[in-house]
Amino acid sequence: MQFTLKVWRQKSQSSKGAIETYHLSDISEDMSFLEMFDVLNDKLIRDKKDPIAFDHDCREGICGMCSMFINGEAHGPGRNVTTCQLHMRSFKDGDTIYVEPWRSSAFPIVKDLTVDRSAFDRIIQSGGYVSVNTSGATQDANAIPIPKEDADSAFDAATCIGCGACVATCKNSSAMLFVSAKVSQLSLLPQGQTEANNRVQRMVNQMDAEGFGNCTNTGACEVECPKGISLTNIARMNRDFLKSSMG
Amino acid sequence: MLNSRIPTGPIEQKWEKHKGEIKLVNPANKRLIDIIIVGSGLAGSSAAASLAEMGYNVKVFCFQDSPRRAHSIAAQGGINAAKNYQNDGDSIYRLFYDTVKGGDYRSREANVYRLAEVSGSIIDQCVAQGVPFAREYGGLLDNRSFGGVQVSRTFYAKGQTGQQLLLGAYSALSRQISKGKIELLNRHEMMDVVVIDGKARGIIARNLVTGEIQRHGAHAVVLCTGGYGNVFYLSTNAMGSNSSAAWKAHKRGAYFGNPNFVQIHPTCIPVSGHYQSKLTLMSESLRNDGRIWVPKNLDDAQAIRNGELGPNDLEENQRDYYLERRYPAFGNLVPRDVASRAAKERCDEGYGVNKTGQAVFLDFASAIERYGKTEASTRNLKSPTKSQIIELGKAVVKSKYGNLFDMYQQITADNPYETPMKIYPAIHYSMGGIWVDYNLMTTIPGLYAAGEANFSDHGANRLGASALMQGLADGYFVLPYTIGDYLADEIRTGQISTDTIEFEQAENQVKATLDKLINTNGDIPVDDFHRRLGLIMWEYCGMSRNEKGLKKAIILIKKLRDEFYSNLYVPGDVNDFNPELEKAYRVADFLELGELMCIDALNRKESCGGHFREESQTDEGEALRDDDNYTYVSAWEYRGDPSDPKLHKELLKYDNIEVKQRSYK
Repeated sequence: MQFTLKVWRQKSQSSKGAIETYHLSDISEDMSFLEMFDVLNDKLIRDKKDPIAFDHDCREGICGMCSMFINGEAHGPGRNVTTCQLHMRSFKDGDTIYVEPWRSSAFPIVKDLTVDRSAFDRIIQSGGYVSVNTSGATQDANAIPIPKEDADSAFDAATCIGCGACVATCKNSSAMLFVSAKVSQLSLLPQGQTEANNRVQRMVNQMDAEGFGNCTNTGACEVECPKGISLTNIARMNRDFLKSSMG
Repeated sequence: MLNSRIPTGPIEQKWEKHKGEIKLVNPANKRLIDIIIVGSGLAGSSAAASLAEMGYNVKVFCFQDSPRRAHSIAAQGGINAAKNYQNDGDSIYRLFYDTVKGGDYRSREANVYRLAEVSGSIIDQCVAQGVPFAREYGGLLDNRSFGGVQVSRTFYAKGQTGQQLLLGAYSALSRQISKGKIELLNRHEMMDVVVIDGKARGIIARNLVTGEIQRHGAHAVVLCTGGYGNVFYLSTNAMGSNSSAAWKAHKRGAYFGNPNFVQIHPTCIPVSGHYQSKLTLMSESLRNDGRIWVPKNLDDAQAIRNGELGPNDLEENQRDYYLERRYPAFGNLVPRDVASRAAKERCDEGYGVNKTGQAVFLDFASAIERYGKTEASTRNLKSPTKSQIIELGKAVVKSKYGNLFDMYQQITADNPYETPMKIYPAIHYSMGGIWVDYNLMTTIPGLYAAGEANFSDHGANRLGASALMQGLADGYFVLPYTIGDYLADEIRTGQISTDTIEFEQAENQVKATLDKLINTNGDIPVDDFHRRLGLIMWEYCGMSRNEKGLKKAIILIKKLRDEFYSNLYVPGDVNDFNPELEKAYRVADFLELGELMCIDALNRKESCGGHFREESQTDEGEALRDDDNYTYVSAWEYRGDPSDPKLHKELLKYDNIEVKQRSYK
């Protein structure tokens, strides 16, 4: 297969970026999107040019590190996949593909397609945990039965990989899907309910402080989320937030 | 002489007794003590959170953009614990027994017993943190079984158990960061350990965004840096997983234990082309329900490879379910080393089922039918049709393994609900690692290693769902106690100054190495060398090893290393965000570690666990141990030249388990 790639290049956070064009041939349809980038970088390096910086690590769709905005969609055209799990068979021979970084003022660009998502870490630090020490001297794991439906819903919310596709996709750069997934996971479980009010207040405050926008119920985040995190979580968080605000 | 500092007394009392005797550091003094943790996976995050809770000042380093990305996140199948919730006869002793036997009697008894002992607390702890484990309809925790055991003791969260456990540990870490007890340095890589007067006193780190080289002092350094499977280039490890922290520690005096013991996982998606960057695991839990087979006749195998036949065209009697045939007692649930070798044996004989001839089938058809029938019966369906049964069965399989099936289909474009998966063994885990004593301290006082980075618990083969157990056991429940034994004598040391000759020398050495890499100015990108090293390792130090091959590999690696330093090309600057330079630094270390692995494999003339020496096998082709000569841990000391390490032996004693030839027949 052959492709024309239009890739965002930006040397550093402060420098001005631009789209550059690259042509690739002999691409196998079984290659992953990132393996196609490996081929391109190999070529650039052999030509003594600067390779394209992009984040990636596990390459099996779970670490949440890869983050490319492909043809106007976070993680590209596939549904429920990360960039690393996107394969070239999803494109047509001869396609022109645009690749950009996540764009949000809360995710400053480090270089090329690499951005800084530490705002997400700071949101979790503001309250995305159960306040229990790690001594192991808790009660037996089976002491509190949890209805399977609640446990399953908590799990579904907990599968968020923190990649930031929701923010990149949202016209408001809102982080509501990310934040609500963690709020929901913990408020659905008895272990997390004790501090649920405090948690939602603190996490929403931190989200605002980081400069993420608000939610206007467009639902694009849910469509582009590689883990299929549901909008229901946002509704649940709004409810929890309102409840906690009323004291 | 190596002293593993195993406490005296009966095995079931060792840990309690030891905990009672360990020196303590009082709360006021803990505030005067700094600890560096390198790595933020299960071991790193859990150790950091626990030590910070206790009052120590902790710095955590990770090379990823967030600690939540560490590769523990990718563990799929589950975590073992001797809870006996299923009432199937499980116990601490049985978990201990299975682990020692599974490791082919090459692990340290006392460590494994302690691991089994604390396993139950891990589950309690994780549930308290809000880890959403799978549950039954009654609201209690569900279990499944894993390879090499005959009880159901594996706790899981679909195929994402590692993710859920890591996010639990990450939340505990985040809580301590918010309290100011942990300083997080993400996108930072440890470049070297600094040793002063024989004690670990800090590290040299590189800020990966700016390229700045930094000095960090501490009273103790804990390496939780994972395994070194990427020495094979293709593995199930993340792209960034590397051995550099461990290797630098080794060069500073930490002995390396059993470097050749790596695990080859039987169920991975096969290689599809030369551009392949990594291999993807299909969880071992699939072997609960999937049956592994190849065609019985060579002609059929050939026809399948050519695309003239499909797997569903072959009748039952034309298939060879070779694991069920060879190992009737354990069938498809034999341990990983056994299953991997059996797949290689069939493929070497010409029965492979994909274009490259290196794949076998993992088939869910009978599981789908079995579950479908049960489901039809629970729903009171009278005489359901075949297609109804299949539909119901597929839904059950989807609920158990949905995400794995989706991942498989995404990568291969085949639908595993309709056609069997194709799988092949791949490098997955390092049982070997930095040698540690019972306290998890390396041979450098003040330097610790936890999780996959150390060698201690899995012997020559790790059982499924035991890596997560070990990472969290070390971090939550072992290290927080044992480190006090050393730190109690450090309360009067005062802050560690980085303004010393040792820090300066280490920093200069790091800078010189980076300059050398970037100024080599040859023509070949670093990945090219890495790929070639991987091929050498896989060919000669992979699933099957022999003297001639290992000797050849050592020569080839040395040659490759010379070429690396004369013809490498690294673009960009040292003082900049430069992923190619990061890779070069890591591959330089792989090029030395690879040689040590071959030296170790050459030294161990027996077969055991994942280490299969062709010269040492039974008449039936099973691994044959040589207990008289090799019941020891190989602990290698670096002496200035990667080709000339010195072997130290830690003799292994088994007082609580009868050592016998492993059999799963």
